[in-house]
Amino acid sequence: MIHLLRRFAFYLLAAWVSLSLNFLIPRLAPGDPASALQLRFQGRLEPEALQAMKRAFGYVDAPLPEQYLSYLGGLCRGDLGISVSYFPARVTEVIADGLFWTLFLSGVSVLISFTLGSLLGAVLAFRRGSVADALLPPLLTFLGAFPYFWLAMLLLYVFGFSLDWLPVRHAYSDELEPGVSAAFVASALSHAFLPSLSIVLTSVGAWVLSMRNNLMATLSEDYVLLAVAKGLSPAKVLFRYAARSAILPSVTGFGMALGFVLSGSLLTEIVFSYPGQGFLLYQAVKNQDYALMQGLFLFITLAVLLANWLVDVAHVLLDPRLRR
Amino acid sequence: MSDLESRLSGGDEESPLLSIRNLSVDYVGRSAVRAVDDLSLDIRRGEIFGLLGESGSGKSTAILAALRLLPPPAVIVSGQVMFEGVDLLTLDEGALRRLRFRRIAVVLQSAMNALSPVLSIGEQITDVILAHEAASRGDAWARAGELLELVGIEAVRLRSYPHELSGGMRQRVGLAVALALRPALVVLDEPTTALDVVVERQILQRLAELSHARGFSILLVSHDVSSMLEFCDRLGVLYAGRVCEVAPRADLESGARHPYTRGLLDSLLSRHQAGTRLVGIPGAPPDIARPPSGCRFHPRCAFRVDLCEHTIPPLFAPAAGRALACHRPLQLVPPDVDASVPPRRTP
Amino acid sequence: MMLLRGIWDSRQARLGLALLALFAAVAALGPFLTRDPAAFLADPLLPPSAEFWLGTTRQGQDAFAQLIVGTRSSLGIGLLVGVLVMSIGSLVGLTAAYFGGLVDDVLSLIVGVFLILPGLPLAVLLAAFLEAGPLTIAAVLVLTGWAWNARVVRAQALALRRRDYVLAAIALGEHPLRIMLLEMLPNMTSIVFSSFIAATMHAIGAQVGLEFLGLGDVSQVTWGTNLFWAVTNQDILTESWWTILPTGLAIALFGFALAQVNYGVDEVTSPRLKVDRAYTALVGQRTGLRRLLTPVVLARSDADRERTSA
Repeated sequence: MIHLLRRFAFYLLAAWVSLSLNFLIPRLAPGDPASALQLRFQGRLEPEALQAMKRAFGYVDAPLPEQYLSYLGGLCRGDLGISVSYFPARVTEVIADGLFWTLFLSGVSVLISFTLGSLLGAVLAFRRGSVADALLPPLLTFLGAFPYFWLAMLLLYVFGFSLDWLPVRHAYSDELEPGVSAAFVASALSHAFLPSLSIVLTSVGAWVLSMRNNLMATLSEDYVLLAVAKGLSPAKVLFRYAARSAILPSVTGFGMALGFVLSGSLLTEIVFSYPGQGFLLYQAVKNQDYALMQGLFLFITLAVLLANWLVDVAHVLLDPRLRR
Repeated sequence: MSDLESRLSGGDEESPLLSIRNLSVDYVGRSAVRAVDDLSLDIRRGEIFGLLGESGSGKSTAILAALRLLPPPAVIVSGQVMFEGVDLLTLDEGALRRLRFRRIAVVLQSAMNALSPVLSIGEQITDVILAHEAASRGDAWARAGELLELVGIEAVRLRSYPHELSGGMRQRVGLAVALALRPALVVLDEPTTALDVVVERQILQRLAELSHARGFSILLVSHDVSSMLEFCDRLGVLYAGRVCEVAPRADLESGARHPYTRGLLDSLLSRHQAGTRLVGIPGAPPDIARPPSGCRFHPRCAFRVDLCEHTIPPLFAPAAGRALACHRPLQLVPPDVDASVPPRRTP
Repeated sequence: MMLLRGIWDSRQARLGLALLALFAAVAALGPFLTRDPAAFLADPLLPPSAEFWLGTTRQGQDAFAQLIVGTRSSLGIGLLVGVLVMSIGSLVGLTAAYFGGLVDDVLSLIVGVFLILPGLPLAVLLAAFLEAGPLTIAAVLVLTGWAWNARVVRAQALALRRRDYVLAAIALGEHPLRIMLLEMLPNMTSIVFSSFIAATMHAIGAQVGLEFLGLGDVSQVTWGTNLFWAVTNQDILTESWWTILPTGLAIALFGFALAQVNYGVDEVTSPRLKVDRAYTALVGQRTGLRRLLTPVVLARSDADRERTSA
């Protein structure tokens, strides 16, 4: 319990840091962010609306601490400003749209990568010294060296364009309406396949190596030897004694991996024009839509923190040593 | 059985429970290192046998190898391990598994690491019961509770996790697990290394009591000479992978015949009156990768002759239940202990 | 010295070093040997031919020249970031492990926060607001990347902290910095090197990613900006794989080279691998739990009774 509370406090701290970064970074840019904002929206927004937005970002005519308070106020009200790229939509609306698809894509990809990678790593540790064990790790490392988006482009080109087996853009077919129908679900899955594949291919190597090394280390622990000495069946020894301990470090790394995948999936989404946060970020950068950029950063960060927190809870459930 | 054989095992009594012959174990690497060389010894039924030796003498290696529990890069290169009529070295996995813990149980060194941190104590005791016997879960848990009480832990602790227990308690749990199926032989590898003296005595005492009550044999592997002398019926002394001497406790106390054993016993504080000089064995244990020629102890032996440097002393049996590997064994009365003061005996 | 010797022994390491040398040569000399990558020389999107080894880009430039010239900047910045990340991370990690207590708590907290903030979004935000250019990108990447190295180094250093020679040095009154750099660090070469390689690879990938998004100096020729220009339209794909594929291959190849060298370092610092091989050679391959069953192999002298048991 104490452990969980400490972690929660940590996440609160990290959240505060990211809020503050969000506040500070625009002020690092050369020039005055307030007037830049003014320039962008002048003529397109009512003066009151423009003023409100400035307050939300803290661009008020006051010393820094007051600006900060103004900014926090805006956050509490849920005011992240108005998007340039999707004018006149509010940033919060724009992000909400993309959130689902990013969660879908990244979440599913991470789960597949973790499960597949851990299983494969376990097999390799088991068949230590075999041909597979000699070839797969370097191969997977090589695969992991490719930048996410490059692999995405490759897959897109080969399977999407050349072979025309799978769709090349968007999250679902343009002709369908979103809804819980078989056709829609099927379409969503087929559209998510290639992007997910590119993420899985580049990230699975890390899981394989992690599980492999952990399991090899666990197999040489005394309690595994004792389990064998007790005459337990190989299955029992492997799953009850070896695997349960070996998976723990992977669980710890899971949270971190979520952060990485979220970063990587941004670029993948861009390649596939997949309407998630990454795609939105791309648009924001292209259009110099700073409000959207900041909003996305904040949102993604908070999502990662939340996910990490959930992983911590799971970790405590799995490892009795943490329950105190 | 040859003459040596019958002598080693104590003669006309029933055949020994465990009989190791000519066991050699190598560690594979750039070049193979012989950790155990041509080891032979017997464990009789109902006895408490102590295998004594310094760190690196090969005692743990020998016993774990005999039980086929030695991890890579160890390889058994020769020998025979007869247990209840079968050679353990020729058994396949399935047969070995059926034997494990039902007939031979092991308590590993440092019980801290010998218990899985993510399973409760109860689960780790009941799973060995359930693996070998057709008992119900309820029965198994009940028995587990009894076992804990037997070794001096409250049954309520079944639900605890290893990290919630002290080192001594974990060692006792290891013992409880070992006794779960009422084996004929319990092997303990350095059972007391990480424990303090008081706890150590308690555990060994309990063990001896249980052995006498239930009739199982105990094989203790340790470097703690005084504890071994206190609790064991017979002791075997190992040096650099080879057997030096095997003898009943009484014989060793009144006079060890191998210079190394003599040196070990002499260096015990308890054997000397206040004011006498402390005696040790000069030199240091050899590097087993490059052992001395001939008798491995010869560089440190005050009684060596030329023969000792060239020829490995063969193991012979001067009497029933005894063994000795020395070209010039010592006389029976140790000269530097005051014969009028009887050696310290524990009740 | 023995370390270098050992690395040379490993076949993989030799391969890796050879590849790295190739990259270095290309980076150093390449720009002098190819055409001007910025010049508009021919029709756009020509496939590879004898004249243009990698064809031409969307703007009619020599794609091969772009790849070669881009090597210098991309690898240079990548290595710079790797070195900086390794240095800063190692210093922080060592300090935290050495001093322990409050220092460790504070530093670990800082490391933790930096570690958990997602790197790319933060990098994008920073790069978008600051002036475009390779040095900006380098600074941004160092800021978002140092924490991981710090954590890894700290973990390893903690283990070393209790070793005899460290305690002895402390007892002798040696200066903490001396102890950290001269006693502890040399015993961590393997892990420091591995994390340096990881940091460099990550930096190269992230750099290319940021530039691809248009956050670098698009007037310079780098791998990332090459990709940016190849893709400026909404329509990501055309038939011109030659403008995109080679870049990824180059990155992966570089990573592969580094990984091979890393493998060589591992072999030297952990002789276990050699022992493993000797063992497998003797008893054959034993999978899974069978490894825990001590094998019985009769010595060569008993050759006529060759019998390998279970």
